[in-house]
Order: sequence, then structure tokens, then C-alpha cells
Amino acid sequence: MKAKPPASSPLWRSALLDAFRKLDPRSLLRNPVIFTTAVVAALASLLFVRDVLSGQAQLLFSAQVIAWLWFTVLFANFAEALAEGRGKAQAAALRSTRTQTQAKLLAGANTSTYSRVSAAELKVGQIVLVETGDLIPGDGEVIEGLAMVDESAITGESAPVLRESGGDRSAVTGGTRVLSDQIKVRITAAAGSSFLDRMIALVEGAARQKTPNELALNVLLAGMTLIFILACASIPSFARYAGGQVSTIVLIALFVTLIPTTIGALLSAIGIAGMNRLVRFNVLALSGRAVEAAGDVDTLLLDKTGTITLGNRQAAEFRPAPGVEARALAEAAQLASLADETPEGRSIVVLAKERYGLRAQDLASLQARFLAFSAQTRMSGVNLPDQEIRKGAVDAIEAYARAHPQGQAVPPQVREEVERIARAGGTPLAVARDGRVLGVVYLKDIVKGGIRERFAELRRMGIKTVMITGDNPLTAAAIAAEAGVDDFLAQAKPEDKLALIRAEQAQGKLVAMCGDGSNDAPALAQADVGVAMQTGTQAAREAGNMVDLDSDPTKLIEIVAIGKQLLITRGALTTFSVSNDVAKYFAILPAMFAALYPPLGALNIMGLHSPQSAILSATIFNALIILLLVPLALRGVRYRPAPAATLLARNLAVYGVGGLIAPFLGIKLIDLLLSASGLA
Amino acid sequence: MTANGWLQILFYCLLLLLSVRPLGAYLHRLFTGERVMLMPALGGLERVFYRLSGVDARSEQTWQQYALAMLLFNLLGFALLYLLLRTQAWLPLNPQQLPNLSADLAFNTAMSFTTNTNWQSYSGEQALSYLSQMAGLTVQNFLSAATGIALAFALIRGFARKSTQQLGNAWVDVTRLTLYLLLPACLLFACLLIWQGVPQNFSAYTQASTLEAAQQLIAQGPIASQEAIKMLGTNGGGFLNANSAHPFENPTPLSNLLQMLSIFVIGAALTDVFGRAVNNRWQGHAILGAMLVLFIAGVAITYWAESAAPNALSGFDGVQGPGNLEGKETRFGIAASALFAVITTAASCGAVNAMHDSFTALGGAIPLFNIQLGEVIIGGVGAGFYGMMLYALIAIFMAGLMVGRTPEYIGKKIEVREVKLATLAVLAAPLAILLFTAIACVLPAGLTGLNNAGPHGFTEILYAYASAAGNNGSAFAGLSANSVFYNSTLGIAMLIGRFAIIVPMLAIAGSLAAKKQIPVSAGTLPTDGGLFVALLVAVVLVFGGLTFLPSLVLGPLAEHFAMLAGTQF
Repeated sequence: MKAKPPASSPLWRSALLDAFRKLDPRSLLRNPVIFTTAVVAALASLLFVRDVLSGQAQLLFSAQVIAWLWFTVLFANFAEALAEGRGKAQAAALRSTRTQTQAKLLAGANTSTYSRVSAAELKVGQIVLVETGDLIPGDGEVIEGLAMVDESAITGESAPVLRESGGDRSAVTGGTRVLSDQIKVRITAAAGSSFLDRMIALVEGAARQKTPNELALNVLLAGMTLIFILACASIPSFARYAGGQVSTIVLIALFVTLIPTTIGALLSAIGIAGMNRLVRFNVLALSGRAVEAAGDVDTLLLDKTGTITLGNRQAAEFRPAPGVEARALAEAAQLASLADETPEGRSIVVLAKERYGLRAQDLASLQARFLAFSAQTRMSGVNLPDQEIRKGAVDAIEAYARAHPQGQAVPPQVREEVERIARAGGTPLAVARDGRVLGVVYLKDIVKGGIRERFAELRRMGIKTVMITGDNPLTAAAIAAEAGVDDFLAQAKPEDKLALIRAEQAQGKLVAMCGDGSNDAPALAQADVGVAMQTGTQAAREAGNMVDLDSDPTKLIEIVAIGKQLLITRGALTTFSVSNDVAKYFAILPAMFAALYPPLGALNIMGLHSPQSAILSATIFNALIILLLVPLALRGVRYRPAPAATLLARNLAVYGVGGLIAPFLGIKLIDLLLSASGLA
Repeated sequence: MTANGWLQILFYCLLLLLSVRPLGAYLHRLFTGERVMLMPALGGLERVFYRLSGVDARSEQTWQQYALAMLLFNLLGFALLYLLLRTQAWLPLNPQQLPNLSADLAFNTAMSFTTNTNWQSYSGEQALSYLSQMAGLTVQNFLSAATGIALAFALIRGFARKSTQQLGNAWVDVTRLTLYLLLPACLLFACLLIWQGVPQNFSAYTQASTLEAAQQLIAQGPIASQEAIKMLGTNGGGFLNANSAHPFENPTPLSNLLQMLSIFVIGAALTDVFGRAVNNRWQGHAILGAMLVLFIAGVAITYWAESAAPNALSGFDGVQGPGNLEGKETRFGIAASALFAVITTAASCGAVNAMHDSFTALGGAIPLFNIQLGEVIIGGVGAGFYGMMLYALIAIFMAGLMVGRTPEYIGKKIEVREVKLATLAVLAAPLAILLFTAIACVLPAGLTGLNNAGPHGFTEILYAYASAAGNNGSAFAGLSANSVFYNSTLGIAMLIGRFAIIVPMLAIAGSLAAKKQIPVSAGTLPTDGGLFVALLVAVVLVFGGLTFLPSLVLGPLAEHFAMLAGTQF
């Protein structure tokens, strides 16, 4: 599932084949514009046969126009097939894991005798035993035991993950392999509707439904097609009034070049490619609607830990008590932390070394005895032959000092310092030697590098970020300010999250969030874009409308960008397609009407060679532009976060004005080639 | 083109802009139902109407109820007018003893006046009694105008409200608009016109002997009262056949200026009502801005084409330079005639102070194109506004995607339903215009009415159907339209052009009102600035242009290039 190399030649070849296969009317019918084109091309072909039989002139011209009409349809099919092809390759890899899995069906949760059945026969609620080396036969919940599971078939991540009953890591996915131990799994999805099945259907594009914006765009395109049917169908009568006539093939050429074939041809390819882009980011959107909603998101709810801050706190400063040297405090803190393997402990050792050049000493040579952290004492420390050092939460150390025979009261300055650190969003860690408080170590939440810039970017896109944390409001405010989020929710309980989402939605905003625990499920379901972590519970994965296979909450930001890119690509190509029509009119109308009113030749501003070459050039341009835009449709229009006005101005200039000018150049060029080659 | 001509045009624009804010404020009070100055005087009358008709003024309607009310109201108006026209010979106030109208002419005329089109297949002074003119036509002039403004109100409510089914009360809107806006304004305007010399009497026509001792019948009647609503309600149906070119309808340059202003003032002020209603005046100004860009471009082209036309008489004594004065009144001149022609077709008025048929090919193409665009440049009272909003929805939908969000306008998401309905509404008029033109220009019944050959004749037919479907009502002339074929097809075109837009438009209003309002953020496409104005102008031109370009090429453009090549039709 990791990024695939760029489209290789077999992909092209199968897409070419599919382009012909998609000429099936039932498949064409899904796309009104291309279906109309195909109908018109078929009609023109019939007329051509009649003309051949009756020995009409101008057969070469008609044949060329008709050929290019069919190319237009084929190019459209090709674009779609190519987009689908990428997904198909991924689906094939996934499907291979599903073949012939055997399940060990248990009669009940407490028995250990099993019967072997095919995975396809499993029903929801049945319990299976999965032992070392077995493939997990279906999606389910671990109800007993724990195991290391290799989920690389789905996530592409080769490191095995732990799955155990209870808690947030209980979900297992069919098609993944147990590497050690054994678990009992209750099946939660019937064969055919499991995660893997859905995933296969999604990447293949088989389950693809048109998204709301795509539907609306289709309506608009169909409406425009109708307008051009009217505009073209009235021409023969107008021409008859003028005492002449317009040949059907020319009328057909005009019609097909005017209807929005460019966007019509690429519309579904854009949608499929958008989904695939997400898949390449290792995110599975369970509906296309969710991808679009991601572009519309107004508010992002982000968990503090892991998303905004690194998972752990780190020592940032030593704040000694009055009369204590900072160096002495650092030395004591370092000694107490030497055997402390927690990230906090290590960071103290490192900080002392960086600030005061204190080198870590060998515990054995010091004859030190390390006291590990315990929940009762809430302290850790070290006993040396000549001294004992303790570090821990401030109140714990205070209690220790009080109880120590040589204990001294905590100086008020230290208390003030503790208060100050808490207000700045840090965690104070007190250090005492032989009952005397030496000072505090300032442990700080470390905000991820570059995250502040990301939030500024989001703000420019008009997206509000809200940090969710279990910290107290003081700490939360400080971290929020440092990270640059717009708002925060402190001491958050799961129901607070849900309430916040509802409140935002009541204002008409769309909310995105990510979560993994079962208690996140209601909020995930309520959010417009709910990204569940693959490592999370089955409940969370069911509730969300996207699953992040890497379980990286920061990805929410990329998901939003991909959603926006999808919409922009559609809008840009629509605008381009419509603006193209101006030039096509200027190519075809003079060619069509100059016979009726010769002075109308003045409208041939491109100076095209002959009426026939003009019409043919417009038709060829109309077909080729589809092919030329396929890479753009698959890759997506470049998106850089910016305010809407800036984006619109830039895209209008590129695709609107560009779409106005490009066909003038393109048609002229094709006309030059045609007249030079003598084809028209 | 002269500096004087441009000064007239700019002076006009200035006066129009000055009127937008005060009139917008007044209309907004009517929109919200706040108290207005005239309420102490007329409030009792308003309540009497409600009591008589059993309307609860405080209850509101859903879009379906609103639409049904409007349709019924117009159907009834149509039936009454049809009946009146068919029986005028036996009714009072008919000093000239004019006969009843034929069925097809009565159908066409009744349809024409109920749809705010005012296409006239007859000449007023020779066909209609004073009663028909006053109780029939003038009444419909008021009611069709009030209908248009009420519909615009309903659409504005759709944007301004959130999560509701209610769009206001059609009966209340129409009553209040008539009582507090149209009647008093027309009274004032009619008095101004009488002061300028427009007749207002019930006398029989005057028999006069000319200097050459020829006999001349001088038509007159209650002209000023019909004239006022003809302009203010963008109706355009003249009391006299020559319309505002006739000195009894439009005697002086001052009356001409007042008439031109009165065509645009209400339509322009509605954009401000919109801005006020959505709490951002610039939303309204942006719409007005897009309209004015298109308007000024049109005026410039027409004025240039009319002034630059080679004059066959240049070089003779007293004839100055080039310029096309054929069909124009010398008391108005080229600038004021070109300006009037563009105004009357930008709005769905259709009054004329010069004969559009006699304009140069390009000069006449602009009025035609204005109508084909759907008369969204200021437009007919109400109709122009909601027509432009339909384009705005399409523009927002197409370009809105390019900012990477589901397109939204005034905080309302534009989704499948809105796009479907807007497309349907925008499709209606082109359907009627192109279809009927295509039929008329090959059928003998259509061709017999034609006085000119070649592309010019084609333009006449095209213009007639555009004018009918656009509910404009001005005629390119040169087409004898009083035949069963034209009366019925034009009548149907008017019907389609009015109601096939109104119903989907109200459905959009209903659907918008039911939506939530999304707050504005940096990610929202701004619709109150220059970029949006440019976008809207482009979409109007591209959509309108692409639909009608083939017909324009075969009509005015063929004639223009032929003229350059020295051929006349």
C-alpha cells in the first residue's frame, strides 16, 4: 500500500484495452456528456455508411471527423481506466491475502475445541481461535489473550503490532497474520463486508459512488449539453432561412466541440485519482463524500499528545532554590536520573550535560542504589553511600522532606517557582538531597517542530484549530499559545468533545477530528470527517469515515489538503473546458456560415486554412486536450494553502484566461499541420 | 461620439447611483415589514384589503405556497384582462367605439401584460378603449411589477434566513409594494410628466386640419398615468404606438431623463435591499457592479456604432459628419437614443424612444444581446435581480470549486438541488427563443410577417421571440406580428420566459432558506469584491454568448460584415 512507482507500461496497456471495453453503452450511460458524444458519433458513423453507399463526395473529411469523435470517447474512457488501473493493482495485492483462509471456529468463548471452516462461512458473533502463524479469518474483536500481529498486508508497515483483549488495541483485521501467541476473536463483520473487502472495493473504484459535488457538476454539465443541443439544433433552420444548408457532419462537429467534453471525460478520473491519493497517503476514505467534506472542513480538533506535542515532556531548565547553585541542582537531578529510563529522566541527564558539562557517571562505580518510581511514593531517586537524592512531584517531595530527620521546609521561592512553571504550561519536578529541597526541574511539553507554521497555514486556509487535552486550563493555555492553535479544550472528557463538535456544527461549520479509543467513537461518528487510527478499537474504526493506516493524527492536515485539491481540480478543469468554447466557435462558425454570407469570413480571426481544416482542427483539439490533461487530472492541480481570494484569482488566471487563449494557439497549430500534410 | 453625449451618459449613471441607497433603504423597510412614512395614511386601507380577502398578514408561506399564490394571482389577472379585451366594445369609456379584440390578439395582449412583457401586437390608440388601457393594462402594469419585486423579496429572504421554511407572505408583499411603493411613486411621476406636457384626459381624439389642409386625428387620453407605471414597473407598453418616441408620451429631454431613470431605479435599489438583508452592503454593490459593467459596455458599443455609422447624407448642407439618425427623434439625439435603447433592453422594460430596427447592425445587436442574456443588467423590477442571482449561483458553483471548498454563496452551500434548479431556470428562455425562431424562420406563417429580407429580417424574428421570452416587450419593428401564428407563439414564449423561471427560482429560495448559514472564514470565496464582479460578468457573457452566438452571427454580425463589404439588406 505504500507509494507505487509511477504508472508502468502494463498499466497503460490494460487501460487502453479497458478504454474499448468501456464503449459498452451501460458503462457510458454513467457519464451524460460522454454518452451524448458516443451517441452522436454513432449517428455520424451511420450517416457515413450511407454516404459511402451513395457515393457522396468529401468522404475523407467526414471519415476524419468521425474518427476523432470516436477518439474523444475513447480518450475519456482511457482516462477513467487509467485512474482505475492504479487502484486495481493495489486491489490484486490485497485480494491475494484473502484466498482460502481457514478459520478455527470455537463452539463457545470458554471452550478450546474447534472445527475448521472456510473463512467465507464465518458469521457475525462467532468466535474463532487464531494461533501463531495463522491468518486472522475476519474482522473482529480480541476477547481473550494477546498477540503480536503482522498487519503489513494492510498498512504496509512491517513492524508487528500488539493486539490484546480490552482497551484500545482490541481490534483485529481479517487478512493479517498472528506472529506469536494466540487470541480468541469475536467476528464483527460478515465475509464480504469486512474491512479488507471494503478496502478492495474502494481502491478498485467498484464501490465508488458519485460525491455530492460531482453530482451537482454532472447536472450543470448536462444542462450545458442541453443548451448546446438547442443552439446546434436550431442552426439548420436558420441556415435554411439564409438560403443554404449546413452539412450534418459539420453540425455534429460543432456540437461535440461545444459540449463540455473535456471536464466530462476527466470528471470520474479526477474523483478516482483523489481517492487513490489518499490511499497512497495510507488513508482509507470509506466514502467519497468524506473526501469532499475534508476540503470543506472549518474546524480541526486535534489531540495534544502525539499531534501537537511530542509524546513526552522534556527537561528544559533547572530552577534552584535560594542559596543553592544551579550546578548543584543539575548534578543532583542528573544523579537521580541516571538509572531512570523514562524519556523525562533521560532528558534531565542530557540537559545537565549540555548546560553544565556534567558527564553521566557510572552507577556501579558510585555504588549507587536506584529507587524506581512507585505509585505510592510518587518519587524516584538514588541512594549513594554519602547521600540520598529524591525527585518527584512537588507535594510528594514536600512530604518526603517533612518526614526526613534533617528535613527542611520548602522555601516560599520554590513554591512561587512551581506556580510559575505550571502557568507556563510546564510540569515542575522537585529535587531534594537529604531532606533539603534543592529546587525544581522545569519539564516542558515539547511542541513538534514546524507545527506552528502548519497551524498558521491552516488559518490562512480559513480553518480553525482546536487543541484537545486532559491538562488543566493553565497548562493547556500555555501550550496552545506556544503551538499557535486558535482554541483549546482543557480537561476534556469524551463527552466534552462530542458537545464541542455539536456546537461547531450548529453554527454551520464542518468539523474534522481523529481518534482511536472506544470513547472517541461517538465524537468520530458525529464529526463530518472522522479519522480513526488503524491501531484503534473496532468501535472507533466503525464510527469514523476514514481510517489512517499509519495511525498518525497529524495526517488530518494532509487529508484536508487532498480534499481541497480534489475540488480545485474539478473546478479548474470545468472552467478550462467552458472557456475553450470561445475559440472553437471562432474556428467553426465562420467555416460553417461563410458559404451563406461570404463577408462572415472576417470572423476567421485565426486565419485557418479552409473551412474543412478549421472544423477538423477544432475537433482534433477537442479530443487531444483530453489526453493532454489526463496527467493533470490524475495528479491534481497544485495546491498551496492560501486564502480563497488568492486561490481563485490564481486559478481563474491559469484555467479561465488560459482556457480562453490555449485553444486559439492549439487549433491554429493543428490547422497548420493539417494543411501542410494535405489531410484537409 | 461627442463629449456632450458621454456627459449625458455619465450624468445618467451618477443620478442612478445616487438613488440606490435612499430607495434601497425604503424598500428594505418594506422588505422587513417595518413602518414606513405612508402607513398612517394608507395602513387602514391595507388592513381592509386583508380583511376582505381573508389574509392573515402575520402568517408566512413556504416556497410552494408562495409560488401557488403568485401563479393563482397571475392566472386570475390574465383571465380578467382577457375578458375585458374581448368585451371592451360593450363597456364604458370607449369614446372612439373601438371593437372587441380577436381571440389571438386578446390572448397575446393579456399574456403580455400579466407577464410584465408588454409586447404590443396592436397599436394602442387604434385598438384599445380607455377602460381597457386603464382598468386592464395599467392595473396589470402595477400588479406584474409588484409580483416581480415580491419574488425578488422571496429570494432575498432565502439568502438572509436560515433553517426555516418560511419565505414571507405573497399577498402581503404584493399589497404593500403596490400601496407604499408603486402607487405613490407613480402618482408623483405622473404629475411630473403632466408638468412636462404629457396629456391626461378622457377626451375623444381631436380632429385637426393641417397646413396642407389634410385631416389629422390626434390621439390622446389618460396617458400620463399609464406612462408612469410603464417605466417604473419596467412594463414598457406604450399608450400610443410610437411609445416614448411620441411627443405625447415623452415630450422633452427632461421627461426622457426621468423616464430612463425610472426604468432602472427599482431594479438597482433591489441589489441594495439584498445587501442590507444579508448584513453586508457590499454583497449588493457587487451585484450592481457586475450589472453596471455590462451596462456601460453595452452603451459604449451602441453609442459608438450609431455615431460612427456612415451617413448617406454627409456632405450635404446642414448635415454634420457621420452618425445614424434614422428612426431617432432629433429632440433626443444619438446619445440619448442609444442610452435609452440599452437601458430599456437591459431592463425588461421595452419602452422605446427610437426605432431599434433602424439602428446599425451592431448598434441593434446590443439591445438584442441584452435581452438574450436574460435581462439581468439591472433588469425588470425583481426579475432582473433574481435572473442575475441565478447566474451568480452558477458562477459560484463553477468557480467556487476552485478555492477547494463546496461552493457557497452568502453562507449557503450550493448543492445538487440548487444547481439543478438554476440550470433549469437559465435554460427556459433560450429554449423558447431558439425553438420558436427556428420554427418561424422556415414556416410560411412566420415569413409572411417579414418586411425585410436577409439577415436583417432574421434579426427581426429573433428579436421578437427574444423580446417575448425575455418579457421585454420592445419590438425591433419591421415584423407584422398581429397574426394568429405570431400572437400565439409569442404569447407562449412570454409564458415560458416568465413562469418557467419563477417556479424553479422560488424552489431555490425555499431550499436556501432551509439551509444553515456557514460563517465566513478566510477559506470562503469573497463575493463582495472586484474578483467576483469580474467572474459574474464573465459567466453571464460566456453562458449567454455561447448559447446565442450562432444566431447572432447569422443576424446582426452577418449584416454588419455585409455592410462593411457594401451590401445592404
